[in-house]
Amino acid sequence: MSEDRAGRKMKEGLGTKRRKTSGASLFVQGEPMVWLTGGGLAISLIMIVGLLSLVLYQGVVTFWPSAVLMVQIQDGSVLMGEVSRIEESDEDGSDGKGKEELLIRTGNYELTNEHFNWVDRSRVEKEDRPEWAMVVERIEWGRFYGFPRAFLLDSDVVAGTPQNVFELFNQYHEEVRDRRDRRRELETGEVGKVNNRLEKARLSLKKSEIKYGKGSDEWAGTKEAYDKAETKAAADFEIIRQKIDALNNANARYQMVMTTADGREKTLDLADIVRLYPANRINAMEKAWIYLSRWAEFLLDEPREANSEGGVYPAIFGTVVMTLLMSIAVVPFGVMAALYLREYARAGTIISIVRISINNLAGVPSIVFGVFGLGFFCYMVGAGIDELLFASRLPNPTFGKGGVLWSALTLALLTLPVVIVATEESLAAVPNSMREGSYACGASKWQTIKRIVLPRAMPGIMTGMILAMARGAGEVAPLMLVGAVKLAPELPVDGVFPYIHPERSFMHLGFHIYDLGFQSQNSEAAKPMVFTTTLLLIAIVFLLNILAVRLRTRLRKRFESAAF
Amino acid sequence: MNEHRGSDTSQSEARVNEMTRLALIAQGQTFPTDVHEEVEEEEPVLQIKDFNLYYGEKQALFNVNMKIPKGKVTALIGPSGCGKSTLLRSVNRINDLLPTVKIDGDIHLNGESMYDPGVDVIELRKRMGMVFQKPNPFPMTIYENVVYSLRIDGERSKAVLDEVCERSLKGAALWEEAKDRLGESALGLSGGQQQRLCIARAIAAEPEVLLMDEPASALDPIATNKIEDLIAQLKGEYSILIVTHNMQQAARTSEYTAFMYLGRLIEYGPTETIFVRPRLRDTMDYVTGRFG
Repeated sequence: MSEDRAGRKMKEGLGTKRRKTSGASLFVQGEPMVWLTGGGLAISLIMIVGLLSLVLYQGVVTFWPSAVLMVQIQDGSVLMGEVSRIEESDEDGSDGKGKEELLIRTGNYELTNEHFNWVDRSRVEKEDRPEWAMVVERIEWGRFYGFPRAFLLDSDVVAGTPQNVFELFNQYHEEVRDRRDRRRELETGEVGKVNNRLEKARLSLKKSEIKYGKGSDEWAGTKEAYDKAETKAAADFEIIRQKIDALNNANARYQMVMTTADGREKTLDLADIVRLYPANRINAMEKAWIYLSRWAEFLLDEPREANSEGGVYPAIFGTVVMTLLMSIAVVPFGVMAALYLREYARAGTIISIVRISINNLAGVPSIVFGVFGLGFFCYMVGAGIDELLFASRLPNPTFGKGGVLWSALTLALLTLPVVIVATEESLAAVPNSMREGSYACGASKWQTIKRIVLPRAMPGIMTGMILAMARGAGEVAPLMLVGAVKLAPELPVDGVFPYIHPERSFMHLGFHIYDLGFQSQNSEAAKPMVFTTTLLLIAIVFLLNILAVRLRTRLRKRFESAAF
Repeated sequence: MNEHRGSDTSQSEARVNEMTRLALIAQGQTFPTDVHEEVEEEEPVLQIKDFNLYYGEKQALFNVNMKIPKGKVTALIGPSGCGKSTLLRSVNRINDLLPTVKIDGDIHLNGESMYDPGVDVIELRKRMGMVFQKPNPFPMTIYENVVYSLRIDGERSKAVLDEVCERSLKGAALWEEAKDRLGESALGLSGGQQQRLCIARAIAAEPEVLLMDEPASALDPIATNKIEDLIAQLKGEYSILIVTHNMQQAARTSEYTAFMYLGRLIEYGPTETIFVRPRLRDTMDYVTGRFG
């Protein structure tokens, strides 16, 4: 009895003591951990939000037309252009204060050999925003800044005042642009078609040369056909050339004479002008219109000026096609591999090793996948396909080089671990009771997987696909080796038979960003484009993800269980 | 205590005699099952013969011999871990799915061996229906849940499927509640409805035996009542083998009761006898709640 009481006392003592410590210790209550974990989240959020808002801000403002500034410098020279950056430094300027420098985009490259000029603000005598300062975006040579002097029709001056010149420009520019577009269509589309026909004839000639030998009767027959095709093509080219000449002559009638800020004169063909506006005269509505038309050009046109101007449509197209091809390749393979690992394979050392290897695969540098893709897909598989199916085109490779298909497959390898891991997890999350219920109904293993396990795991598989798509769409390094190029003349999908050309190299937004930012001649002009392109890439990845997430939500709704 | 151990043999022998049979079994002794004559007189649908089962090294069933009568409800009772569920799951060979399970002995379904190497397990399972402890409807519509076993057999005829669906849902007393929402997800049903849906699924293919593994243990009392009423309705139509923890449920629903302990079948006879005047004191202790 006495022992019993002592024991009870001790217990009570322990109890009170414990209560006391728990009340006193901040750590036991967990307050510091809340701050620690919350702080971690806050820091990551700040970094992500900061990066996104930088991209968003820079990307959004790039296309907004800014005012044109004319500066007179102490040494007498005059510069005119758009201010692209203001930099302040603590270094002593001439007046002893901090130095302020302007980076002015002065354009007129063919006259000055420079796109940009730094101006020390302390040396500026006079700053001015002239009313009729024009911004001219051109097809070649970058931007031009100047004042309209005269409008020439068949080399005759028909307008002399800036107002009249601008009005005439607006009057004629649309039809000139239409003719220019038609010429472009002829140059790429029509000429391409004729070339295609000629190439086909040449290939069949080569084929029969390989098959029957030079000089045989069959060869002579194809040779005749080829000669005929050649004559026909020459005639076709002549017709197209005449059409192009006619369009060119019609366009050559319209010219503008501009004077630069330092008084030099320059005659511009209307056909070379993409857009022209008096930056200091237009109101906000007109600016918004120019802003939107620049976005439209960016999204829908092809790049010009070594990618630093124009649009990125081929890159958007290439990125989307590549990402979709990659998803089509990676999801079935990943799901099959995960199914085997989770449903069929008996747990053991080998399976553990396989699983660890798959996880480690996610840590292999992506450029290594690029090297593998180049060696395996392009040089082995591609060269094999060429020898079997496209022998007549050799030594020009068809599949034996980088292309959108090989890029998609390389990235599929890269993202395979993501899909396998996500699928395996979702398969493991399917309750065993459901499998047993299905077996008890007399279903075979495959029937159970097909009808119960896979539908139930589908949302998780979609998650894997979303992650893989996000990873794949943003990947650049391996693509440089297996098919992404600076400028692709043709899209991987077009109107020429067989419509889908998986062997073609393609443009990719990620690679485009790298190319703009680090490979461009005119890097100052390209810099804003880097941000807009980045913004666009993020937007595309976001859009693809939204689509997949919506699909997943719809699937998930089917499995919502009522609580009981 | 230590002083007494082993020193006085006559005293310890006396204690053994006092000890119940269950305690002796726990010490490793074996006894034959006490099977009442009434069971022997019934025509069996299932015959379990010298059945042993091992989970890896651990033996879970010891030499079980049991005849399950045709068209009757037979209840398996016993404390947790006594092997009731294991025995039930051996009857449709769903234990085969666990890689470590080894068995010895045989079970005959209507006279045919089930564990013969040549037996097609999937065909075998089609001859039985099983209802699990927790309702496990499939993530599909109510309709598709019920006709699942026909679907996997490739039945396409809408008329046949419709007919089976209605018959099974009526059989499981769910038709009135579910007939207007056959196209909705089965997961939207309540727990009790889900379990009746699982019963409908199990009887859709007209099984020779219906296995129920504590079908009401995850349900509230009202849903439990409905399930018990349902079992009473199914009595006679199907041969039912049911595992239960609930003595009253066994007493209310079954015609025969088997008492299991530590993987052995202890006593097996008509439910009335087992619950009112069992032959063994151990069974009496268990059914009256003094043990277990």
